[in-house]
Order: sequence, then structure tokens, then C-alpha cells
Amino acid sequence: MEKTFIASSKVIQPLLHSGLALIIGLIAGALLMIIYGYNPILAYTALFRGAFGGMAEFAETLSFAIPLMLTGITFAIGVKAGLFNIGAEGQVYIGALGAVLAGAFLHLPFGVHVAVTTIFAMILGALWSIGPALLKIWRGVHEVISTIMFNWIAFYLTMYFALYHLAEPGRAEKTVSVLETARYSVLMPGASLTSVIFISAAFCVVIYLFLTITKAGYELKLLGANPDAAKYAGVNAKRVILSSFIIGGLAAGLAGATQIIGRPPTWALYGTLGNVMGLGFDGIGVALIGRNNPIGVIIAAIFLGALKNGGRYMEYSAGVYSELVGAINGLIIIALAVPEVMALIRRHFKRYKP
Amino acid sequence: MKVKVSTKILLAFVVLGVVLVITEVLGLSPIALLEAALLAMTPLALAAMGESINQKAGLVNIGLEGIFLITAVAGVYGAVEANNGIVGLLFGVIVGALIGLLFGVLSVYGKADQIIVGIGINVFAIGFVPYFMMSTWGFPGIYIPPKEVLVPPLPIPVMRISGITLLAITLGILLHLMLHKTPLGLRILAAGETPEALDVAGIRVDYVRIFTAILSGALTGLGGAFMPLCWFGGIVKEISAGRGFIALACLVSAGLEPLLAMSFAFIFGFAEGLAYTVAVTPGIKEAIPYHLVLMIPYITTLAVVTAFIGKRRFPKAAGTPYTRE
Repeated sequence: MEKTFIASSKVIQPLLHSGLALIIGLIAGALLMIIYGYNPILAYTALFRGAFGGMAEFAETLSFAIPLMLTGITFAIGVKAGLFNIGAEGQVYIGALGAVLAGAFLHLPFGVHVAVTTIFAMILGALWSIGPALLKIWRGVHEVISTIMFNWIAFYLTMYFALYHLAEPGRAEKTVSVLETARYSVLMPGASLTSVIFISAAFCVVIYLFLTITKAGYELKLLGANPDAAKYAGVNAKRVILSSFIIGGLAAGLAGATQIIGRPPTWALYGTLGNVMGLGFDGIGVALIGRNNPIGVIIAAIFLGALKNGGRYMEYSAGVYSELVGAINGLIIIALAVPEVMALIRRHFKRYKP
Repeated sequence: MKVKVSTKILLAFVVLGVVLVITEVLGLSPIALLEAALLAMTPLALAAMGESINQKAGLVNIGLEGIFLITAVAGVYGAVEANNGIVGLLFGVIVGALIGLLFGVLSVYGKADQIIVGIGINVFAIGFVPYFMMSTWGFPGIYIPPKEVLVPPLPIPVMRISGITLLAITLGILLHLMLHKTPLGLRILAAGETPEALDVAGIRVDYVRIFTAILSGALTGLGGAFMPLCWFGGIVKEISAGRGFIALACLVSAGLEPLLAMSFAFIFGFAEGLAYTVAVTPGIKEAIPYHLVLMIPYITTLAVVTAFIGKRRFPKAAGTPYTRE
């Protein structure tokens, strides 16, 4: 009896905390609308309709969720190992750059080309994540600082290649488009959802299995939960840190690829990096809402994808500038950081205990 | 062989001197370079000094980047509304202090995960700033305020130098004295090392930490408002461009010593000044692509942190909430 109660509270309490944080974020977002003279009810209705109003809308929401679940994995696998890896942003740029390179310049048969491009982008993302990992292992440079520096270096590097070496002749605002053979197939006319969603979801599931059933996954979680215990258990911390960064880099590189070879209609990278920007930072919120659990991350990505997709309709029909969704994401993260929010609920429930 | 930090710093300044001589030879203006370096140094130094004291007291706020962004727009907003740049700077200080207070309350009383709150502040700012700019000025990416509301540099010959830069240098000395020569400084150090002892001595750990959180926010806020009002003359939505994290790199490399952090801010500011100067110098700007030049500050930051971090010791209680028994 007692045991089942504990087990269920272990699942339900994090869910409650996530739910409460979402509500706090949405209410604070509504306040931000009221302050600047917008109607939050009108805005949220539009947002909901835009995100879930029909099959095409929902497909679009899923399309927005694809890169978010992957960058969510990047942050989540870092936290699981006790790291704050906020380098997904830069690894997404590099992954997108890799997808353009392999997708537009290699000539391979259908099927093979998609696979090669995807893998190439993932490897580039992983390579970009090794720098901060090595600095952490060798010199103890905090990953928050090093990953941000790598993000900015990636930003200018990718922009440089996009503008000077890969630009489409006559249309300098974007790179050349990837070849037809390197594109994932569009699943539904009128929405930008492609079959890359299966690859992305499968990647999350693989990470889930890695964490739950493999020895390496167990060591990774042990290091994050209790570094001293991990040391006595003979866990090689340096190797675990490196693997956590590399898995994160693979995920972020894939996220970058999804925006180039898995999303119509451009099939290219904008010179401003507009179609990949911010995805890495969005992933942090996704990971935290999903409690750093890969399956939770998928669900959280659909939630944030809905906010981002619906946000465009909110801007169109209620006039609320859609960047507000980013601010709401930040508020949700802050609410999730405060355990006292959860303690409040617990105290509230205790009062009604017999 | 162990190299002392002071030797390394001295070495760094020797390198800077050599770079200055080289720039002279290359036909760049060393005065222009120094001006650019001092401008770039100011926000970094302000934020790094404030936050190093905050971390000495046991709080770790990595939301400096977000505070920079928010106070940059707040500063421009205040300056435009009051038609006075100084009011704008003060507005930045107040908004920064409020964010610092919020961070302090969540960390001290809410026992929040401080790193996550800091990340939250940064993510919030990335979304809020363009939303605010759109709602207030009708354009999300960029806003140029009227010239009259900008804060002009000091009216001295030879060099353009902002009064806020001098204020930052003075503050560096004052904060150093405060931290190491006054009872308040002792309490701050104790709050980060042995909060229990401070508590036993009858000093409220929570008050000390809230104070440093506000101080850190206020100084970062001054730095944020400085960027559009004293430096760039306008605001873009990515105005801080990673400087909040470069400031963190300053204080980490300096082992949380405010004066040392200021020296590092000068080194990073110099790298940034060099990048801007190189990017606009005829002859060089054609040879080296603009986007690659803009990487210089970030590469310098990585290199300097890697060289200096060594075996730095951080306060025992840093990042952990204090619970009274």
C-alpha cells in the first residue's frame, strides 16, 4: 500500500510541478500582454486554434516539435551527467551547415543520400561539442562559459560560409537548396511535417533505452546524481563527461539537419541563420519541463512546438508579437527551478490528509 | 613551475603593449584602439565585479546576459521617456537591481537551483526584449533613439572616454576595499564560506545574500544601459552578444577578486576593441573576412579562461541555499 503510494507520487509530483510551472508561465505571459495593452483571452484562443485547430495545424505543431525534442535531449543528457550543456545552439548551426554541404554537393542515390546527409550533420554537431568537453576535462573550464563561446564562434563561422561560399547565385539571402535525393518526404500537403519526425522520435527513444538499460547510461546517471559515489564505484568521470557532450552534439546536429533536409519549402539555410536560430535555447525549457526524461522531453517538445506554432496565429489575429512565447518559456524555466513551488503543493495536500 | 597570477597578468599587459606597437606599425590608430577597448571593457567590468561579490557571498547568478539585454532596452526606454540619458542609466540600474532582487529571493527563500534560474532569466530576455521593442517602438529588431538622449563622453582632449568607464574603475577599487577591509566585506566572505558561523554570530545570512544579489543586478544593469546609451547609440535585440558570459569568464578567471576581474575585463575589452578596429580599417577589412574578425573576442575568452582558471578556489557554499538548523 505504502509502496504504491510512493511510486505514484514519484511520477505524479514531477508532473504536478511541470503542470504548475506551465500555468505560472502562461499567467505571467497573460500579464505581459495586459501591460502592453493586448487581450490575453483573444491571444490564447488564437494560439490554441493555431496549434490544435485541425489536422494540418496539429501536423505543423509536430513539425515545430521535431528540433525542440532533439535540443531538449542535448540539455537533458547533460543534466543527467551533472553538466549544464547549453551548447546546443551552436551545434545546431554547425549541423545545419553540414546538412547543406552534404545535401547540396554530394551526388548519391535516393535513400543513401538522406542517410549520409543526416549522419554527416550529426557528426559535425558532435565534433563541435568536443571542444567544451575537453576544456572541461583538462582544465575544468565551466561548460556554461565555454559552450556559449563556442555558440558565438559557430554563429559567425556558419554565417560566413552561408554568405560567402554557399549562397545561392542571385539570391544571397539563403544558401543553395539541398538536392531532391537528400530530402525527407513531406507527410501531408499544406504542412511542413516530414518523415524526419520518425528519426527524431526514434533518437529520443534510443537515448531513453541507453539511460535505462545500459551500463554506460547507469554510470552517466550515477555521476550526475552523486559524483562521490560514482568515483568509489570506479566510474571514469572524464569518459562519461565526454560521452554526454558527444551524445548532446549528435542530437543537436540532427536538430540542425531537420531544419534543412526535413522541412519544406526552402530546403536551405538562411544567411541570417533565421530558420535555425533559438532552437538550442528553446531546448533547455523543453528538457526541464520534460524533467530531463527523454520520453518526457518528446511530450514537452510538442507542448512548446504548439506554443511556437500557435504563436504565429496569435500574432496574426490578436496582434501579440510571437516572440512573447520565448519569454513565457523563460518564465516556465524559472518556475521549474524553484522547489518551494512544489513544497507549497505538498503542504496544501498534507492539510487534507486524514 | 607555478606561475603567479600577478605575473600572468603582467605578461598579458606586456602582450597588449606589443599589440599596440604592432597596430601603430600597421597604420592603425592606437588611440582609437584604446578608446574601443575602454568602451568594451566597461559593461564587462561592471557586471564581473558585481557578480564576483555575489558569488563570494554564495550566490551564483549566470543570468548576467539576460540582465544586460533587459536593462539595455530599459535604459533606452527610460532615456527616451525622460528625454535624458542619465535618467536612462539610472533606469537600467533600478531594473537590474530588481532582477537581482528577484534572483536573490528565489535563491535564498525559494531555495531554487540557481543555475536554472539564471538560464531562465537569459531565455526570458531573448524572448521579452524583441516583444518589448515591438510593443513599444513598433519594430522588433532595432531602435535608434534620438541623439539628444545619449550620454556624451567626458569633455577632455586627446581621447574619447565615458564618465561611466571612470566610475567603473573607481568602483573596482572601492569594492575591493569594501570586500577586504570592512566588516561588511567580512560578512560577505563568511556568507559564502561558512554561513553557519555567520548565523551563529548573529548576522542574517539571507540579508547579506539578498544585498549582494541586488548589488550584482544593479551593476550589471548599469553595464546593460551603458551599451546603447554611451557606446552603440542604438539598440538591436542581440545587443549583449554573449557579453554576460564573457563577464562570467572574467570573474571565474579572476577567482572572484573584483580588481582582478576588472583587469580581465580590460583584456577582453581589448580583444573586442581590436576586432572592431580591424573590421573597419581599410586594407585589413578587405583581407580578413568581417565574420571571422568578429570571432576574436570569443576565441580570446576561451584562451584566457583556459590559461588562467588553473586551481582556482571557490567559496564552499557557492550555489547552495543556506538552511537554518
